[in-house]
Amino acid sequence: MTTMNLILLVGLGVLMLAAAVFAVISKKVLSAIIAAGVVSLLASVIYLLLASPDVAMTEAAIGSGLTTVVFLYAYSRMKSDKEDRR
Amino acid sequence: MNITILFGAMLLIIGIWAMLTHKNLIRMIIGFSLMDTGIHVIMVSVGYIGGRTAPIIDKAVSKANALHEVVDPIPSALVLTAIVIGLAVTALMLSYAVRMYQKGKSLSIDDYQETRW
Amino acid sequence: MITRILAFLAVIGFALMLLPLIHQILPMQELTPVAGSYVAKGPDELGTQNIVTAVVVTYRGLDTLGEVTVLFIATAGVGFLLGRRKEKKPKRKSSEILQTGASFLIALIFMYGVYVFMHGHLTPGGGFQGGVVIATGILLIMLADVNMKFNHGLLHFVESISGVGYVVLGLLGLLMASTTTGLGDGFLNNRFLPLGTYGSLFSAGAIPLIYSLVGLKVGSELTGILDNMQE
Repeated sequence: MTTMNLILLVGLGVLMLAAAVFAVISKKVLSAIIAAGVVSLLASVIYLLLASPDVAMTEAAIGSGLTTVVFLYAYSRMKSDKEDRR
Repeated sequence: MNITILFGAMLLIIGIWAMLTHKNLIRMIIGFSLMDTGIHVIMVSVGYIGGRTAPIIDKAVSKANALHEVVDPIPSALVLTAIVIGLAVTALMLSYAVRMYQKGKSLSIDDYQETRW
Repeated sequence: MITRILAFLAVIGFALMLLPLIHQILPMQELTPVAGSYVAKGPDELGTQNIVTAVVVTYRGLDTLGEVTVLFIATAGVGFLLGRRKEKKPKRKSSEILQTGASFLIALIFMYGVYVFMHGHLTPGGGFQGGVVIATGILLIMLADVNMKFNHGLLHFVESISGVGYVVLGLLGLLMASTTTGLGDGFLNNRFLPLGTYGSLFSAGAIPLIYSLVGLKVGSELTGILDNMQE
């Protein structure tokens, strides 16, 4: 693992944790869903740097694609004006 | 890679924090999905060996010295299936949440007092 | 208030539990014996370039069977909870750009999905990834044509046929592998078909067939989940 890779890895990890904290503390459910998708996307790049391209493909397609869509479908079924409390 | 184990563990803790402090069902499920990702990051980084490449044996990695050039394939294989199961389980949890919303017209767990002790 | 404090204490306790994982685990220097034997023997025994595929499909094939079962049960649960649907209100049509773009992209997405699961033994990818790509393509159709009626019979047919085919191929490995190779047999052994030339598309025995069936099954199940979750 070169220094360049290490710097990239730390940067991606810090971004991932920041997105995760945002997903937890943000006031809107919609922002939280999208932030959770961003966490998965950054995690898939981390898998690629850790030499597991199979896992990276799966995570990119499922974690940031289909999971977000499933959350959004469920959210749109339950959407009503009073439901945005934390 | 110890630094990525640290990231995965912190992601896991953030997920547990979300599950314990929120009262909205969707946000608890988001916490579960964050926790899932954290566990997968930990598992993949346990199988990583510094300076090695992916376990695909072709022109770049010959059969003879593959043993000293590739990372552990087993965590990759386990995480691969775990991600797909994670999606299915998340969808199942969300559909329970949708049913609860259709019955009780609320997403906050404070409004479901029947099972309180 | 008291619940907040308890939650905080639980999170702190969990963090302390994870602490040894971070500072006491030593980075691996060599492959473990099991992984080492998979890497050393996999290419010659099974004819796969991608060792992860060899582990998923053959060496730990029973795990994958259980995984597909969990996926099936979760899909059935989603269908049971959300399947009963009132008649659909006609929804607003999606935009012209989305419809035109979708009609261009659908064929490419499906072709890419099939490519990914047929080349699972050569390149990164395989049945799970290819199945997800196909489900994403169907999601694009669902978004472009909101009032589309699903052919549920076809979906269930593909799902059951691929599930049955997967188990039948596994049993063929159990019954026939030793007669063609003399190396012993096991559930999901891929060597009842010839191994072919190492590195070509038609190689690695039955692995491309098994992984294609897994891909069709995963694709149809995830499509079922998406169809049920959709309003």
